[in-house]
Amino acid sequence: MITKMTITNIHVLNQDSAYDFYVNKLGFKLVDDIPMGPESRWLTVSPPEQPDLQLVLFPVTVSKMFPKDVAETLIGLIKKGIFGCGVLTCNDIFATYEELKAKGVEFIKAPTKEFYGTEALFKDDSGNYFSLQPLNNFGNEDSI
Amino acid sequence: MEQYPKVYLYRRIVQAKLFIDKNYAERIDLSYISDEACFSKFHFTRLFKTIYAKTPHQYLTWVRIEKAQQLLREDKSVSETCFLVGFDSLTSFSGLFKRNVGISPSSYQAQMQQLKLAIKKSPASLVPSCFALQHGWFEK
Repeated sequence: MITKMTITNIHVLNQDSAYDFYVNKLGFKLVDDIPMGPESRWLTVSPPEQPDLQLVLFPVTVSKMFPKDVAETLIGLIKKGIFGCGVLTCNDIFATYEELKAKGVEFIKAPTKEFYGTEALFKDDSGNYFSLQPLNNFGNEDSI
Repeated sequence: MEQYPKVYLYRRIVQAKLFIDKNYAERIDLSYISDEACFSKFHFTRLFKTIYAKTPHQYLTWVRIEKAQQLLREDKSVSETCFLVGFDSLTSFSGLFKRNVGISPSSYQAQMQQLKLAIKKSPASLVPSCFALQHGWFEK
């Protein structure tokens, strides 16, 4: 019986830059950083309060998994911002928005009241985007 | 939506938090931070805790312990780590570390060193096979 998800992928264009984004800007915790040859490494991070969920920052490079034409197509789609990687939750969306902005995170949408609650959208360094929502999205969006 | 309600309050609290992130190793006076943010110490503490679920002091301790873990993973000694993250006393540091992490700084460092040895000996053993196979890492 499946009980939970423990590892999931985010396709990134550069692992060094992705490390800086997810660890230094978003505040994710580094789980594994294991060199696997000269061109890539097993690089995983976790959201600060979810240590049992690992996000693999998976490089898109020409390899057994990504033949050249596939890699080029995937890189193009990532750069276009096609891939939404999910919803990230925070205690206070306005404080988190201000902090991430101060750290240089690019927002596609500032915190906006939608029919489903308040939401902001931002991109990672590769072009993948995330929805940012407060914990209790149908209650008070700001805690102060 | 730059002018959401209380934007000016949020920015001041966030700046205080970022100040703590940057200056955690220094002797930080939280009264000074609350003055700089133009709040009374009580109001500042209350707002900070509402947003971050920790008082400024608790948050500072948390940042220091996080950085300490990083330094211990980088093979800095326990005493050096203690002073590098802004603690004055090895006893206080060790006690707080154990309370937050669950084990002593030296035990934590020993665990990390074991892990590094395991990675060095057989890096692929720590990577799920499906990923390693797809990426051709086993062949390399």
